[in-house]
Amino acid sequence: MADLYEKYIWEVPVRVTHWVIALSIVTLSLTGLFIGAPKSVALVTDEFTMGWVRFTHFVAGYAFAVSVVSRIYWSFVGNEQASWREFFPWRNKKGRQDMYNVFNYYTFVSKRAPYTIGHNALAGLAYSVVFLLYIVMIITGFALYSEHAPHGFLHHIFGPVLHIFTNQGVRMTHHLIMWFLIAFAIHHVYSAWLMDIKERGGVMSSIFGGYKPVHKKD
Amino acid sequence: MGKLRKELGGCDEEGPSLSRLLEERGVSRRDFLKFCTTMSAALALPVTFAPKIAQALDEVKRPTLVWLEYQDCAADTEALLRAEHPTVAELILDILSVDYHETVMAAAGFQAEEALAKVVKEQKGKYLAVVEGSIPLKDDGIYCCVAGRTAVDTAREVCGNALATIAVGTCASFGGLPAASPNPTGAVGVREAVPGATVLNLPGCPLNADNLTAAVVYFLTFGKLPATDDQGRPLFAYGKRIHDNCERRPHFDAGQYVERWGDDGHKVGYCLYKMGCKGPETFHNCPTQRFNQKTSWPVAAGHGCAGCSQPGFWDTMTPLYQRLPNVPGFGIEHTADSIGIGVAAGTAAAFAVHGVVSAFRGKSDADTSKEEK
Repeated sequence: MADLYEKYIWEVPVRVTHWVIALSIVTLSLTGLFIGAPKSVALVTDEFTMGWVRFTHFVAGYAFAVSVVSRIYWSFVGNEQASWREFFPWRNKKGRQDMYNVFNYYTFVSKRAPYTIGHNALAGLAYSVVFLLYIVMIITGFALYSEHAPHGFLHHIFGPVLHIFTNQGVRMTHHLIMWFLIAFAIHHVYSAWLMDIKERGGVMSSIFGGYKPVHKKD
Repeated sequence: MGKLRKELGGCDEEGPSLSRLLEERGVSRRDFLKFCTTMSAALALPVTFAPKIAQALDEVKRPTLVWLEYQDCAADTEALLRAEHPTVAELILDILSVDYHETVMAAAGFQAEEALAKVVKEQKGKYLAVVEGSIPLKDDGIYCCVAGRTAVDTAREVCGNALATIAVGTCASFGGLPAASPNPTGAVGVREAVPGATVLNLPGCPLNADNLTAAVVYFLTFGKLPATDDQGRPLFAYGKRIHDNCERRPHFDAGQYVERWGDDGHKVGYCLYKMGCKGPETFHNCPTQRFNQKTSWPVAAGHGCAGCSQPGFWDTMTPLYQRLPNVPGFGIEHTADSIGIGVAAGTAAAFAVHGVVSAFRGKSDADTSKEEK
């Protein structure tokens, strides 16, 4: 493996937002499940279980929103692997070819594990959908949250969402997308693990340290 | 807006003042001031406004009011007739000269319609109109006709020429039950049926008559309609969610819920959130104003809020006894969560299979490809 060297792939903002988003999604899903279908846990009325769960949900929601917006910002100023171009692979011929190769590998058509420096093409495509879901979650979440202070700042911005899609429609969307994101998380961890084993590119550890072994010419 | 006040005052110069009316009816000054204080509280005004309200009500001459009923069940009329004992209903009915009200007027037929026409003609721009019930627009509005004219026709004439229109109940405000899917008559609320009219929406099924009284008192005192939200509902009554003023809210925050109708939690008054209460998304003052002489309101009686003061509630707030609506296209009883669990479990299963296949697939070509390069 003499032709490999350690390349700095994932910059600090990419790694920080990745982990903040990951942790906040776990927190938001657990607290969200409780908020949607709570269990009667309090023995006396002066407990504040639902209160704290909701508080945690809202704080995690803010962390999630700030992190997603920061990551989108960084996709315009960061390095090549952080760039928004990674999320729209169908724009050029090489991207389309890469998508085809990865698809063939995943579906057992080809045995050749795709070699990529940053995101593989299909992963990039998946993230563009996931980021769209993130944005829908942020909008629906803050719209529902804003009703605690009608006619406040948030309610002015997000209130129209509730009128257009109806309050219950917004609630249902918020629930459904949570499940889509949980499904995505399962896929995400599995694919990273598979690539780590098959591609031997150390993709799993790269999201902690930022470095990945790549070919000299890259 | 002071101009409105003057116009109001000038609409019936010969009418007796309120003080005289009250005196004739044997209502004491003390009771009147108590009423004014109650009203200032209902309007969320400082108590110092009570004398101002008293003075304004004393001075104001009797404005004319016409009450139109369209696609309704007359529940708002019923609510008004049951307004709080002893003075409120009488006050309102006596301050206002109700010249036309299909349910309670003595006149009938041509005589009644003449009274309405007279008001519109002689007091153009000076009278108050109250509308109860939705207005059908489909097929030129033929699904609701009174005295041979369609609802939309009379509404445009009467509300269009009124100083202000108060839409009472959810039907008049947003279309309500007649507008529920599939809305066979094309029913809409007054604001939509009479574009350009000054409309105050007082939704509710039925409306709380105390809110109507308070809105009228506000109008008589300040000569303008109270501040409203983007749905045209006055903030004093619809400015906060049911949930935020609910007496069962501490149980919600604590985590104490009714799990089944009639269980122990239900008996001791736990939160009805899990039974589909729509209080967290409904704006109304039911918990503080209550109904029937402040006796009770749905949640106090042990039943969740149905969200009746929200636009399109019959379509959007159902199922009434579930937190979430059913997902369209999946048949009944398929909630977002059961579909979501299916999606997540399906994904996990698919990748587990993929993992097993990958593991037994033998050596990847990755190394060779790298070495080839």
